[in-house]
Amino acid sequence: MGTDRRNFLARAAAGAGALALSACKGPSETTWFPKVLDSAEVLTKKVQRLFAGSTTLAPEFTKADISPFFKANGTLNPGTTDYNAAVANNFQDWKISVGGLVEHPLKLSLAELRALPSRSQITRHDCVEGWSCIGEWTGAPLKNILALAVPRANARYVVFYCADPMSGDPTDPQYYYESLDLIEACHPQTILAYDMNGEALSVPHGAPVRLRCERQLGYKHANNVQRLELAESFDHINGGNGGYWEDNGYTWWAGI
Amino acid sequence: MTSQDSAAGLKSSSVAGIEDKARGAWRGWQERRRTRLSNRQMFYRHTVSVRVLHWINAICLAIMFMSGLQIFNAHPALYWGRYSDFDHPALWLTSEQDPQGHLRGITQIGTTRFDTTGWLGASSADGQMAERGFPSWATLPGPQWLAMGRLWHFFFAWIFVINGFLFVVYAIWSRHFQRDLLPKMSDLRHLGRDIVDHIRLRFPKGEAAKHYNVLQKIAYFSVVFILGPLIVLTGLTMSPTMDSVFPFLLWIFGGRQSARTIHFICAFSFLGFFIIHIVMVILAGPWNEIRSMITGRYAIAPEEPPHGN
Repeated sequence: MGTDRRNFLARAAAGAGALALSACKGPSETTWFPKVLDSAEVLTKKVQRLFAGSTTLAPEFTKADISPFFKANGTLNPGTTDYNAAVANNFQDWKISVGGLVEHPLKLSLAELRALPSRSQITRHDCVEGWSCIGEWTGAPLKNILALAVPRANARYVVFYCADPMSGDPTDPQYYYESLDLIEACHPQTILAYDMNGEALSVPHGAPVRLRCERQLGYKHANNVQRLELAESFDHINGGNGGYWEDNGYTWWAGI
Repeated sequence: MTSQDSAAGLKSSSVAGIEDKARGAWRGWQERRRTRLSNRQMFYRHTVSVRVLHWINAICLAIMFMSGLQIFNAHPALYWGRYSDFDHPALWLTSEQDPQGHLRGITQIGTTRFDTTGWLGASSADGQMAERGFPSWATLPGPQWLAMGRLWHFFFAWIFVINGFLFVVYAIWSRHFQRDLLPKMSDLRHLGRDIVDHIRLRFPKGEAAKHYNVLQKIAYFSVVFILGPLIVLTGLTMSPTMDSVFPFLLWIFGGRQSARTIHFICAFSFLGFFIIHIVMVILAGPWNEIRSMITGRYAIAPEEPPHGN
């Protein structure tokens, strides 16, 4: 009886130990459990889309609401040879190309971008970390640019390729990239912005052109945009998750 | 009989006396227990729906609180207003080096700073002191991992909301809400006496134990119908997509950063409710209380006869 009990206690202790050990490893580190958790992303996206549709506008603010200090996040300066040369040249030769599943691939200079109809909006930038800043953005609505390129029927996403390298390894720079589906890309407040608070976009805030998609969190707002690609899916691009941070575990749907 | 024998006899008789006493005490205890058990009344207190919803809710709250702290740690500061005024946080968990080069955790509330090394601002993980808002033992997952914390938080947010919605529908449909949770005017009249009883830790017996007292009603009512909706709505206010659908949420809560602060206060109100809840369960008889939330059956102690003199 006594030994039985001791054995039982020993086994229970060993079991508890194993449980504690597996808890140290934790479900977050398995491959299957985060997938279960991520199933909520689809539900969140569908329900938010159901409510928001394609046209509800993010709140716009007045000049009095603009943050005195707008925090710059992510790559404060891409710092590559090409980018430094572009800065020195005041982005005279910066081109934004639109390609992939389009009838008319095109390249826009900054002057051409600025010549397009523009939109100004004072909106709130919400970082995934939790902070917010309010700023005024001026740029060309993306839907007008897409209309010039004429997306093919099978195009579902716009992928934004950027000039900022994300890894410290120059042989494998892993440039920042992001993607939106066509609903978010054609939203009236989705613009390729070139001015912030009435001045040309600064380097820390994504000069010369950055994306603003006001119903999404900050990491969607790609900086230093160089190339737009219309695609049917993003499975074949980099990590296959539709963005740099998405490849690092963040959800593609950044509406919350 | 030798004197040795008599000494041994005396000894053994006194041992026997103690054993008799112990046996007597044991029999007495058993008898009192039997009386207590036969006098007690088993009362079916919680329906199976309430019990299942209760435990799902408990799991959700634990996970959402800890993954919420993980998310908070990505930017461990709170603000009031529409945007983050980084120079004037309402609350800031930060760190600094002391003159000896050691990392000190600092909690700043308004402009007042407290040294909270080891707890808030800086704490050790794997034996290494590091800058961290809440310590890793309190967050889910433990290490700094915002993306994973968000996955946990938003998965269980759905379960929390669906579960809470089912409870409210059930409570109103079954009249559990009207009968047991909604404080009535007659309850509010003995609010003062209930407060005194609670402070003196006098718990209701007999018929009175079948019903929530007014403090319990107020607590459960406000958690389910005020705190719950408030934490969900302030959570939604932080969503840029939902702000485009319900911009009035921003107006109600005074901006996204205010909503985030209220969300944080709600989370700690839930923690406060949880702590009081657990303390009351322990004080009121943990086994009886826990059994009533597992099997539904709650034993009611008989009303004590009035004390003679």
